[in-house]
Amino acid sequence: MREHFHAIVVGAGPSGNAAAYTLAKAGLKVLQIERGEYPGSKNVQGAILYADALERIIPTFREDAPLERHVVEQRIWMMDQDGHAGAHYRSSSFNEEKPNRYTIIRAQFDKWFSRQVQAAGALVICETTVTALLRGENGRVEGVVTDRENGVVTADIVILAEGVNGLLGTRAGLRTRPKAEHVALAVKEMHFLPQETIEARFNLKEDEGVVIEATGTITEGMVGTAFIYTNKESLSVGIGCLVSDFGETKTKPYELLDRFKRHSSVHPLIEGAEVKEYAAHLIPEGGYKAIPQLYGDGWLIVGDAGSFVNAAHREGSNLAMTTGRLAAETVIHNRRMGLPNVAENLKRYKDELDRSFVMQDLKKYRNLPETLHTNKQFFTTYPHLISSAAQKLLRVDGDSKRQKEKDITAAFLRTRRFGGLITDVFKMARAWR
Amino acid sequence: MSTTARPPVPPVKVEEKLYQNRYMVDEGRPHVRIQPHDTASPTLRTLVDVCPAGCYSATDDGRVEIIPDGCMECGTCRILCEASGEIEWNYPRGGYGILFKFG
Repeated sequence: MREHFHAIVVGAGPSGNAAAYTLAKAGLKVLQIERGEYPGSKNVQGAILYADALERIIPTFREDAPLERHVVEQRIWMMDQDGHAGAHYRSSSFNEEKPNRYTIIRAQFDKWFSRQVQAAGALVICETTVTALLRGENGRVEGVVTDRENGVVTADIVILAEGVNGLLGTRAGLRTRPKAEHVALAVKEMHFLPQETIEARFNLKEDEGVVIEATGTITEGMVGTAFIYTNKESLSVGIGCLVSDFGETKTKPYELLDRFKRHSSVHPLIEGAEVKEYAAHLIPEGGYKAIPQLYGDGWLIVGDAGSFVNAAHREGSNLAMTTGRLAAETVIHNRRMGLPNVAENLKRYKDELDRSFVMQDLKKYRNLPETLHTNKQFFTTYPHLISSAAQKLLRVDGDSKRQKEKDITAAFLRTRRFGGLITDVFKMARAWR
Repeated sequence: MSTTARPPVPPVKVEEKLYQNRYMVDEGRPHVRIQPHDTASPTLRTLVDVCPAGCYSATDDGRVEIIPDGCMECGTCRILCEASGEIEWNYPRGGYGILFKFG
């Protein structure tokens, strides 16, 4: 006889773990299926962990979760070929008892999260790929088919936490394949350095961390950003751009990363490091307009599979965990009320999401992906103009300051003209509103 | 847009990067396949450049081949070429493929 579960969660990333943990903690019989050798072995992230989303699920996570450094400083760089203009924000108030942001190493974090899921009572099976959804006569999802022998399992609900490349939802017709202009390809390397070297180079005390987000000509006209995150004994160094832009420019991602690493602003920070891993992953950056149908008879979609990434603020895992938790709470609610998990009762998940920061933030930036995609000057012309302006002002060479200001204004007008500048300001302001 | 030309850099050997990674290769069961073709389409040829693992290569007679052993399962080729039917994209069997140590 087939075993029946209250819920099956497909995938053991942050959204799947949040869902499975919340369900199991409430006493439901949960099966979680992961295709990797262990939870995290297929997952890639920058990676920043925003404490709030996890704290709402596991309030005591700081006691034993594998956290690298808490972030005390954020740097934003606008780079051109020779340098960068930037803004830093650093505050000792981030050295609080319960810090707000941490750097993490995803494979380790996911393993830890999965142990909490198992301790809460869920059955987690790895090295198993779900190949299809099991449908009832009326089309209702009633379970999954896996690549194991006799691998059919039934459940009251299937939660798809299968990530940006989830084949299951696409092949079952629940959602479409992501469009090339809605996903970014990011490549990343793990650079290992002694702890003291990292702390000296980034001006840090023990456990303190720095985050650098970089934009500019470093992506060679493609829509994208680069980053450097400080871990305890390593640096996460990566760069990502829209797949559509990679396709058009035929840029080799590893060469783009290599040029970022050779940049005069980056090289001194990573010099002498030993690289121990090279990873590539897609990031769903289509935002609000790319969100698919999220619920139906017997199924829910959470995390990257639902396009829950706020590209403007580089947030993803917190949205993932929040969607996983809200999906689980809806299932728990339905079970308590004796309601079957059909579309009309699962709509509650979407309503809860609409009320949360997740949908409100994504809705706020709904026009940003298009604005950036169709206005490449934000990644080419402006970084260079800003760099030239900064250099002109900083170089003391006998020209008067008034003359320098005139020259800077003239350079902007020459490049974009008055109308272009005004239009760009409006476009950016509207997309950011 | 830059006033300074990009300095020449030695070509990056992607194989050396992949050498750092851990894989469980499913011998004889490639998870990504290219449909038989006489001449590769422009999109298919794009994969030779944009695949971050360098899995795709051009042959002397104008076709494109794949050896997916170093595949990081990112799905870039799936996004660009699956819709046109030029490639067939699946995940490796459970437990096989890339195994990220750090992710």
